[in-house]
Amino acid sequence: MEPLEITERLKDRFLNEIVDITQFRDQVHIRIKKEKVLDICRFLHDDPDIRMDYLTDLLGVDYPERESRFEVVYNLYSLKHRHRLVLKALVPEKDVSIDSVVPIWQGANWLERETCDMYGISFNGHPDLRRVLMPEDWEGYPLRKDYPLKGLEGWEYKGHEEAKELHTHDSEWNIQS
Amino acid sequence: MEEGSAELGMMTNQGVEHGSDLVEIEGGTKVIPAANTIITSLDKIINWGRKNSLWPMGFGLACCAIEFMSWVSSYHDFDRMGNIPRNSPRQADFIIISGTVTKKMAPVIRRVYDQMAEPRYVLAMGSCACSGGVFNTYSVVQGVDTFLPVDVYVPGCPPRPEALIEGIIKLQDKIQKEYFRWSPWR
Repeated sequence: MEPLEITERLKDRFLNEIVDITQFRDQVHIRIKKEKVLDICRFLHDDPDIRMDYLTDLLGVDYPERESRFEVVYNLYSLKHRHRLVLKALVPEKDVSIDSVVPIWQGANWLERETCDMYGISFNGHPDLRRVLMPEDWEGYPLRKDYPLKGLEGWEYKGHEEAKELHTHDSEWNIQS
Repeated sequence: MEEGSAELGMMTNQGVEHGSDLVEIEGGTKVIPAANTIITSLDKIINWGRKNSLWPMGFGLACCAIEFMSWVSSYHDFDRMGNIPRNSPRQADFIIISGTVTKKMAPVIRRVYDQMAEPRYVLAMGSCACSGGVFNTYSVVQGVDTFLPVDVYVPGCPPRPEALIEGIIKLQDKIQKEYFRWSPWR
């Protein structure tokens, strides 16, 4: 099925949820509101003509200048019909949360954890929402645009500080370096 | 063995005053050829033994570990220098930090280092381990020497296996110059 046909189907069912549809070099991007993301994904996954059974990637984007600051992007692919679609859910800063799609695609589990780790977007209904890349006691969300490159000022990761502290005792053991 | 003794015997005849049978073969090391005996300081003999059986603990963290593997494999053949890879810190003499050290990894490396038995050495391999390299960011440790006593720095991004061999030779030189480190009163 052509991507634009899929968007027509989506329009039939979720017209009020769709914000806009853009096209670039045969790729179709659908921007949606976040409230019914689970229903839309369920529809895209279950409909026999669309059958998006493979979640290629799930990621977050930070647009500080936009009204709705964050976006969660779903790259969908159908192994059966071999068509693709990019779904973008708008997440405003005042309520940084969105429904988890783990019930539909199990592979979203760590992808959502990573997005939460890096952008601080919380996924409702996620089975195990912990940090993946950063240490669990890390403060701040590194891929947000307002996160300083060298880390938050006045805050240091405890584990690294402890290692430094141990190094100060090395000379007491007469370890020459 | 027989030939060797004969040669040393000749040296005795040529180079030494009659009455004495001590031959100084290099600074601080003497031999008694007739008795097949070498006289030297304990420092020298222990350091000599240590430097020629350096067992590395590999700590591969990034692309430097690939060069490390090349150094291990047959073309560059690190075995000829007495290096045998140890994957347990308890059995290793020195640790090669090869790659980008993140702040999350720092306490882990420190713990591995603390588990190693004395005498222990640290070799920082590559720009990232030496200074953080291009990653001047929130998550990367700016040089492994902030939390470990580094003995040898091997620069490069990544350093070639030859550079790593040069680093090992530098470490061997350092060990040979050590003084009294074997003793409990060091």
